[in-house]
Amino acid sequence: MMDLNLDAPHSMGTTIIGVTYNGGVVLGADSRTSTGMYVANRASDKTTQLTDNVYVCRSGSAADSQVVSDYVRYFLHQHTIQLGQPATVKVSANLIRMLAYNNKNMLQTGLIVGGWDKYEGGKIYGIPLGGTVVEQPFAIGGSGSSYLYGFFDQAWKENMTKEEAEQLVVKAVSLAIARDGASGGVVRTVIINSEGVTRNFYPGDKLQLWHEELEPQNSLLDILNAAGPEPMAI
Amino acid sequence: MDLLKVNWGRRKHSLFYYLFLASKQLFPLDLYLFSPNPFRFDQPSSSSRLFDFGRMSQAGVDVPAKGGFSFDLCKRNDMLIQKGLKAPSFLKTGTTIVGLIFKDGVILGADTRATEGPIVADKNCEKIHYMAPNIYCCGAGTAADTEAVTDMVSSQLRLHRYQTGRDSRVITALTLLKKHLFSYQGHVSAALVLGGVDITGPHLHTIYPHGSTDTLPFATMGSGSLAAMSVFEAKYKEGLTRDEGIKLVAEAICSGIFNDLGSGSNVDICVITKGHKEYLRNYMEPNPRTYVSSKGYSFTKKTEVLRTKITPLMERVEITEVGEAMEE
Repeated sequence: MMDLNLDAPHSMGTTIIGVTYNGGVVLGADSRTSTGMYVANRASDKTTQLTDNVYVCRSGSAADSQVVSDYVRYFLHQHTIQLGQPATVKVSANLIRMLAYNNKNMLQTGLIVGGWDKYEGGKIYGIPLGGTVVEQPFAIGGSGSSYLYGFFDQAWKENMTKEEAEQLVVKAVSLAIARDGASGGVVRTVIINSEGVTRNFYPGDKLQLWHEELEPQNSLLDILNAAGPEPMAI
Repeated sequence: MDLLKVNWGRRKHSLFYYLFLASKQLFPLDLYLFSPNPFRFDQPSSSSRLFDFGRMSQAGVDVPAKGGFSFDLCKRNDMLIQKGLKAPSFLKTGTTIVGLIFKDGVILGADTRATEGPIVADKNCEKIHYMAPNIYCCGAGTAADTEAVTDMVSSQLRLHRYQTGRDSRVITALTLLKKHLFSYQGHVSAALVLGGVDITGPHLHTIYPHGSTDTLPFATMGSGSLAAMSVFEAKYKEGLTRDEGIKLVAEAICSGIFNDLGSGSNVDICVITKGHKEYLRNYMEPNPRTYVSSKGYSFTKKTEVLRTKITPLMERVEITEVGEAMEE
């Protein structure tokens, strides 16, 4: 029990992804929040809303990323009121970058900002540790992203359709979950385009099985939900 | 963003100097939101501070106050421990605390053991703290920290209720707790399970010492959290009735009591539904005292009561105007 270290700060091991497609962006993340070796929340939502049209994927320290996104949501709310129209993705990314860069000694959080606005369309900005901001056609982050660099080099292409982009994101998060101990749970995606925002949810046991992954056997989910208790057979 | 524009105009120093100074603090852009001075009782409650632009612009005239918690003593403590000095032991609530959402509301549960290292300091302490008439909070970690933090936020919520004329919401308590804990960067060792029913429905949240929060249908915290979580994962389902919920919570706490050394004694339960709450103190006592002397106990010297005089300190205030509760 000692090595579980339940007092360790919460980190979101995480796999987070942001991908642009022809008409918008798709953001995706896993759902595992760990404290040391214990999974504190197996169904967390790492895609947080900043405005109606801008979402951010959080990774790194849970507390730091929550506080940063709360501050930026508050600033963007004021900004939207003052501006009189929806905030742009670039402004959201810049606000996050200012907090991340000016407090780089204290914060430990990597973020991917994605959204749609009427000037630039769908955009993805990656803001890793340290506070750089990089505009990219796709961005990956978190501990699980190490396993996805090669995959994206091969699988990403320009001008995908919405369905292709979402399938790509789900496949990528699921591959990372298979290989990274700090990622797991369910896959959550957020699709943002001119029409609005669509959130989707893919439960972990319904994802495609990869190399050497086994079908779930004797799963408690099936046994417990079966009608009535079965008498023990000797 | 308004804040930055005002400050640039008034400052004698250059932008770079401001950024340099600012980067030395926790959150430069919003000094007032982010200066956790525990002795500043004259501050208005945090909800009104958020929209107080006037005060923020006045802060721009002088060099910004060195806000933020000073961690110098924490470094000194670490250094002393490394040198071999034994830190004074403090009262921890080893603890199993749980919460779950059932059909009509929220049920919170806790054990009642408080430990001081290997010793049980209190066999029947109260870990379910009152926050508001419709919100309760279980606390694990250092007993002083959980008591202080929940008391502080409870009084902030009360002031907020007087100011707004409405019932408190669970997310208000959540934000107040989270902001406080984050600003102390985990040194306030309070892990909380916050639950309540407000106008928007039942809510259950967990708050960790570093300031991160999770919103869940069922949650466990404390050293016995793994034992209790195993019970919840096996048996929880949506739409439990009140009795099923209480039974499940009691089972989870018992699992913590019997399998975790830091938890023990009795089970406390608190059921919160819309407009009604039940605090079942010592709902279950699965650890009765096995040996009680048959001769009984007599205490020879009794304290005599010579005189009783009751002086009421506060006169009850009559509230004549009652505002309408906000329906949303």
